[in-house]
Amino acid sequence: MRSILITGGNGGLGLGIGRFFLERFPDDRVWLGVRSNRGKAEALVAEFEGRCKVVDLEVTSKEAWEKAVSTIIDSDGQIDVLVNNAGAHQDSLLAMMTDEAWSSVVSSNLDSVFLGCRAVIRPMMARKFGRIINIASLSAVLPPLGQTNYAAAKAGVVALSQTLAKEVARAGITVNSILPGYIETEALSHMDPDAAKRAKMGIPMRRFGRPEEVAAAVGFLACQDASYVTGSALKIDGGIF
Amino acid sequence: MAQGPELRQQIKEMMIEELMLDFELSEIEDQTPIFGAEGLGLDSVDALQLVVAIEKTFGLKIADAEKAKDVLQSVETIAKEIESNGGVS
Repeated sequence: MRSILITGGNGGLGLGIGRFFLERFPDDRVWLGVRSNRGKAEALVAEFEGRCKVVDLEVTSKEAWEKAVSTIIDSDGQIDVLVNNAGAHQDSLLAMMTDEAWSSVVSSNLDSVFLGCRAVIRPMMARKFGRIINIASLSAVLPPLGQTNYAAAKAGVVALSQTLAKEVARAGITVNSILPGYIETEALSHMDPDAAKRAKMGIPMRRFGRPEEVAAAVGFLACQDASYVTGSALKIDGGIF
Repeated sequence: MAQGPELRQQIKEMMIEELMLDFELSEIEDQTPIFGAEGLGLDSVDALQLVVAIEKTFGLKIADAEKAKDVLQSVETIAKEIESNGGVS
């Protein structure tokens, strides 16, 4: 049995990753970390009754992390996999960016990963096993205009992952980051059709990725077979570079 | 309750096992410095693992970095701290 916590558990990517584990690995237990919106997460819980649960988790709160991790360990006795998937963006040119847009995006994308990693690291070290997968973004390495806050935060996630990977390598814990490009989630569904068409023209595969294509990479990094993969930053973007 | 030489032996075994050290038990003296080139040459990453391993194996919680600096000097200092907290059963 593996106990898996996925933050951003009510979003398209978080749900896709959760579904992947639940469908492929019948012994896995999945915890979906959610904040206020939880309707879709609750639907997955109902679909996989007993194996999937929702846990309250405001990812920018140290106390919320401690409480969530404690809840999971009290229930399952362990936490094997953490997928830091929660995040948000507020795009604007830097000259017009508000202090709030900067700090809230850095907090929700980078502080959250720091807090999450710190909350699980000691329990994982004690068991000499753990898999941490941080969902960064292609913006970390190919930053577009208008995303100074988001791109800086996601580049920070990659650097944090690589540094932490070195710190816990001998403790049986791997830490990797994934850099998704355009993925068909709810966020992308709001894209202007012309902009979507132009974006696809810039992707060698000429299509957006699907959540399950990101989930498959998360699934690999979480498995025993990936025991020698740590500190890596895997792009999943249909060939953009 | 393990104390004295038996406890020191247990600490050495734990260090070799948990930190994956390529040392024989006989190569680690009770007074051998844990850190630095003059001793075992462990680093700060090993120190963190050692803190977690000591808590798991002996139930001794080392709460902060200052305390860790005092306790993690040698097998002897670790043993004394465990003994002063009641040893291990």
